[in-house]
Amino acid sequence: MIELKHVSKTFNRGTVNEKRALDGLNLKLNEGDFVTIIGGNGAGKSTMLNAVAGVFPVDCGKIEIDGTDITMEPEYKRAKYIGRVFQDPMKGTCAGMQIEENLALAKRRGQHRGLGWQLNAEERTLYRQQLQSLGLGLETRLSDKVGLLSGGQRQAVTLLMATLQKPKLLLLDEHTAALDPATAAKVLKLTCEIVEENHLTALMVTHNMKDAINIGNRLIMMDSGRIIYDVSGEEKMKLTVEDLLHKFEEASGTEFANDRMMLSN
Amino acid sequence: MNIAGLLGSLQGGIAQGVLWGIMVLGVYITYKLLDIPDLTTDGSFTLGGCVATVAILAGVDPILATIMGLAAGFLAGAVTGILHTVFEIPAILAGILTQIGLWSINLRIMDGKANNPLLKADTTISFYTDLLGITQSQASLLVGIILVVIVIAILYWFFGTEIGSALRATGDNEDMIRALGVNTGHTKLLALALSNALIGLSGAMVAQMQKYADINMGRGAIVIGLAAIVIGEVLMGRAKNFGVKLLSAVVGAIIYYLIRAFVLQLGMDPNDMQLLSALLVAAALAIPVAMRNYRQKKSYVAGDLYADEHLQREEKGGTDR
Repeated sequence: MIELKHVSKTFNRGTVNEKRALDGLNLKLNEGDFVTIIGGNGAGKSTMLNAVAGVFPVDCGKIEIDGTDITMEPEYKRAKYIGRVFQDPMKGTCAGMQIEENLALAKRRGQHRGLGWQLNAEERTLYRQQLQSLGLGLETRLSDKVGLLSGGQRQAVTLLMATLQKPKLLLLDEHTAALDPATAAKVLKLTCEIVEENHLTALMVTHNMKDAINIGNRLIMMDSGRIIYDVSGEEKMKLTVEDLLHKFEEASGTEFANDRMMLSN
Repeated sequence: MNIAGLLGSLQGGIAQGVLWGIMVLGVYITYKLLDIPDLTTDGSFTLGGCVATVAILAGVDPILATIMGLAAGFLAGAVTGILHTVFEIPAILAGILTQIGLWSINLRIMDGKANNPLLKADTTISFYTDLLGITQSQASLLVGIILVVIVIAILYWFFGTEIGSALRATGDNEDMIRALGVNTGHTKLLALALSNALIGLSGAMVAQMQKYADINMGRGAIVIGLAAIVIGEVLMGRAKNFGVKLLSAVVGAIIYYLIRAFVLQLGMDPNDMQLLSALLVAAALAIPVAMRNYRQKKSYVAGDLYADEHLQREEKGGTDR
């Protein structure tokens, strides 16, 4: 179980660029929750994910995973609990290293790294199986450099890497936004399969309202660093895009001024 | 020109190149794997030479004295690493600070003298000249080759381990490997310390070959290291095997010292060698950029480059969009 208690974060405090990106944020995730997150630009969606991942320290509040307070833990230590896929397909993999080397690095997420040889036959078999399940034909290209792969292939590999060592929480930060629609759909389908198969708890930021409604068991809407709408189960399944737009106007008192989101309906 | 003299100096050049090659392997770790041009090099190379010669003259076993030079380099690299990772000083500045500080420390180690001659003291190299009855430069070459083989084997193994792979990943994609649970501060610190350990070892060996340590022996070492890496890449850049890539750095150093021996034999002032090295590295870095920009400009066409295809499409009645 993951819990955020009154978490706030202000960037550039005391300057003209001061921005309170998270404002007393509260969120409680149950085991197996697959939550989609929507909201306008600057609503604090990515900031929330980064705060959970430990990219920067928060100003106040608490972040707990399974009862352990991780608020002050550095990013590399939290990695033990958290798998991440970024928006930029270049960010989640080492371009200059082989596919199997990348997977081997990910296999040891949160584990002790010693002077043992990084690659062995047993793991290689595992990687081949896992790659096969992606259905991209990568299982025959274990020793190819990741830099040779397309954006969609790289994102699929990153997804595999994030879940190779089962995380307590999977963070997906608009991980299909940089892909073309057909590839994005493929990666999204893969995401759902992986989350379901491994019974993962996941947070997924998206700009596509339809995806936000159709995927996962719970949806939250953010504005000005807070959660303004939280819906799950039956109620979520009945939602329409119009409902969401209406909810946004109602809660924030402004129109949903986000071209990207309007276009993607 | 004296052919015998030339051959002799070329042989000396190869020996020098092999021993300096150990330094180039150190530079390879920071420059190629971490993308940090580490300026500690000039100081830590001299440090290795100073520590080893002072230890040898104090009666320490030459092998132990050489290891002390290596350890001193390791510590110097660790200082740069701490300045860079703990206090977030930019890597280049952190290296300069350590290098400048080492200047004073090196003079202290040599008791204020700018030059510390080994005279007739036993060294790891004189051991072989006595044992096998070979010349100083032949013995240097022999010891150098043994050391290079050992160092490359260790590096090849190390960078295949879990820690070594995490270190390579740090140079490739720092955010990614941190998200996978690696403290990138530690990996960078380790890389800088390892790199300078090899540089210290190289300094200790070069001092024993030339039979003295000098406060200026490391001046420009980083540029020599970069030049050797560049030469090695030109010659063996297509190699994919990591071991061959490491070897190419040493081969680069050998070629560099052969060129140096050759032009000095032709009568060039040794003091001009620094300029030649700097020009070589600057050219190697500048030429690809200049070529790319030139090609881009030259290939630009104001008119429609694909006019034929576009005309065909129009004739078929296709729209332009």
